[in-house]
Amino acid sequence: MIELEGLSKRFGAKVAVDRLSFQVRPGVVTGFLGPNGAGKSTTMRMMLDLDNPTSGSVRIDGRHYRELAEPLKYIGALLDAKAMHGGRSAYNNLLCLAQANRIPASRVSEVLDIVGLTAVARKKSKGFSLGMGQRLGIASALLGDPEILMFDEPVNGLDPEGIHWIRNLMKQLAAEGRTIFVSSHLMSEMALTADHLIVIGQGRLLADTTMAAFIQENSRSYARVRSPQPERLRDLLHTAGFTPVEVAGGALEVDGASTERLGELAAEHGVVLHELSAQRASLEEAFMQMTAGSVEYHAHGTSDPGRSAPPGPRWGEGPPADTGPRWGAGGGSGTEGI
Amino acid sequence: MTTPHQQQGAPVASYSSPIPVRKAHLGDALASEWTKIRSVRSTIWTLSVMAVLIVGIGLLIAVALNSSEADIANEQVLFFGFFGVLLASVCVMTLGVLTVASEYGTGMIRTTLTACPSRSRVLTAKALVFFLVVFVSTLVLTLVVGALQVSILDTAKAPTNEEWFRSTFGVSFFLASLGLLSLAVGVLIRHSAGAITAMIGVVLLPMVVAMFLAVESLAKVQEALFDYSIPNQLGVLYTDAGVDSGPQGWEPVWIMTAVAAAALAGAYAVLNSRDV
Repeated sequence: MIELEGLSKRFGAKVAVDRLSFQVRPGVVTGFLGPNGAGKSTTMRMMLDLDNPTSGSVRIDGRHYRELAEPLKYIGALLDAKAMHGGRSAYNNLLCLAQANRIPASRVSEVLDIVGLTAVARKKSKGFSLGMGQRLGIASALLGDPEILMFDEPVNGLDPEGIHWIRNLMKQLAAEGRTIFVSSHLMSEMALTADHLIVIGQGRLLADTTMAAFIQENSRSYARVRSPQPERLRDLLHTAGFTPVEVAGGALEVDGASTERLGELAAEHGVVLHELSAQRASLEEAFMQMTAGSVEYHAHGTSDPGRSAPPGPRWGEGPPADTGPRWGAGGGSGTEGI
Repeated sequence: MTTPHQQQGAPVASYSSPIPVRKAHLGDALASEWTKIRSVRSTIWTLSVMAVLIVGIGLLIAVALNSSEADIANEQVLFFGFFGVLLASVCVMTLGVLTVASEYGTGMIRTTLTACPSRSRVLTAKALVFFLVVFVSTLVLTLVVGALQVSILDTAKAPTNEEWFRSTFGVSFFLASLGLLSLAVGVLIRHSAGAITAMIGVVLLPMVVAMFLAVESLAKVQEALFDYSIPNQLGVLYTDAGVDSGPQGWEPVWIMTAVAAAALAGAYAVLNSRDV
């Protein structure tokens, strides 16, 4: 169990982490999500006592990280795959960590076996590919067989087989009753691995919810409809009480309407349709919407940050009025599923 | 916001590892640092170069003097080891800086401090291991080169026990302390090239500045800069015959130890308070 209490970090005038409070519970995979620069890595560094918080505290099983005599047996972390000395062999890189925590040397071979690096154990880690470096980092996290595991962007640089492997590894580790805390800036990745979700933006907590609840609250469903008679169709929809939004390609998007209802409506009034499809906004989109509006949706109030916005100007079509275009204003409003 | 998970109640039985938990202490950090220092090639290289410099140059001078007509009957023979050791100090400083700065350069420092959150313990272990490695290597090398010089230059008077002690143990302690100073500078600067440059400056600058201070009114400053420059202090350790100002006898060792201790104190303070 990791508990954050009002954790803040300021670098000069810039507030990187702003009064974060949440708990990471055992037995589940907790996803830690936020756009680049949201303060995820800074938060993780503070959890490991690498950076000193400006205020607030982090407790690991009720204790401060610095009070752990053999921290690797409580918490294993992968912060940065390249955080190893390249001139040292994989085995020796792990051995010196094991020794610092009185972990028997036999465990080094074990974890190298778990991550599949036994064959290159005596090779210098300098020559490792990004994926192999990532595996070595994961091996170091597993070294103490810890109850808590923290991974910062673990799938970065892995090939599909590696991504699959790490997803399963995390699920298996969680099933053993461990606490898994994994950061990502990819919602789609989190949707596949995480059970619980913590979203931050500009250092502030935006959501602390289960994955299932997040999906339910955020995946806006709507119908897409295209007609050679757009004016008639629009009037028709307005009359029926819908508020269609025109999108690129002359199509209309209608929130809260079933395709059955729209089809029948069009047939009734003799409007020709070229397209009628049910759409579901991707979680990625919901996530971007949430983080883009992070000023508005800060978690200290009681407002529900999970609600997706009404079909107003959608993400990518116009920058939100109250924030700078933080998350790639050019990001399309794709409806690719997750 | 409603958070259904909060009603999930009692957490899943948490994981407990079959690996026994034994309290780690300084000894474990020492073992860890020993593994680190012996498992990188730069250690082997710098120590090899150091051996070549100390033994090679010492031998060359001895052989050259032996074949020349120079009158060395009253010389302190062991002093001819000075030049090799002076050059070898560059290796020691490089190794001292790299012991810490390479961790910053590679990012290993984050892994190291994650594994051992007590930063004082990490620095103590690093300093101890490094000091012992340099001290023992230099002691062996100065003993070897001293013995060779004495046997080659057998026309000179035999060194006294005190001279032997200062030229081997004293010089090794001095050099290892200089290395500790570099290690501390490595912690403070965190950048290999910058820290090595700074240390070479520390060794060379006082002498160079002294050369340019040929002004009457600054004669005292010039003399002090020269007397307390590291090459001069190292020379004094070999022989202080005819030295009437500045450090004498064992004083260079105490001075260097004090400087290294002060720098290390700064390194502890900075390391403990700084973000990694």
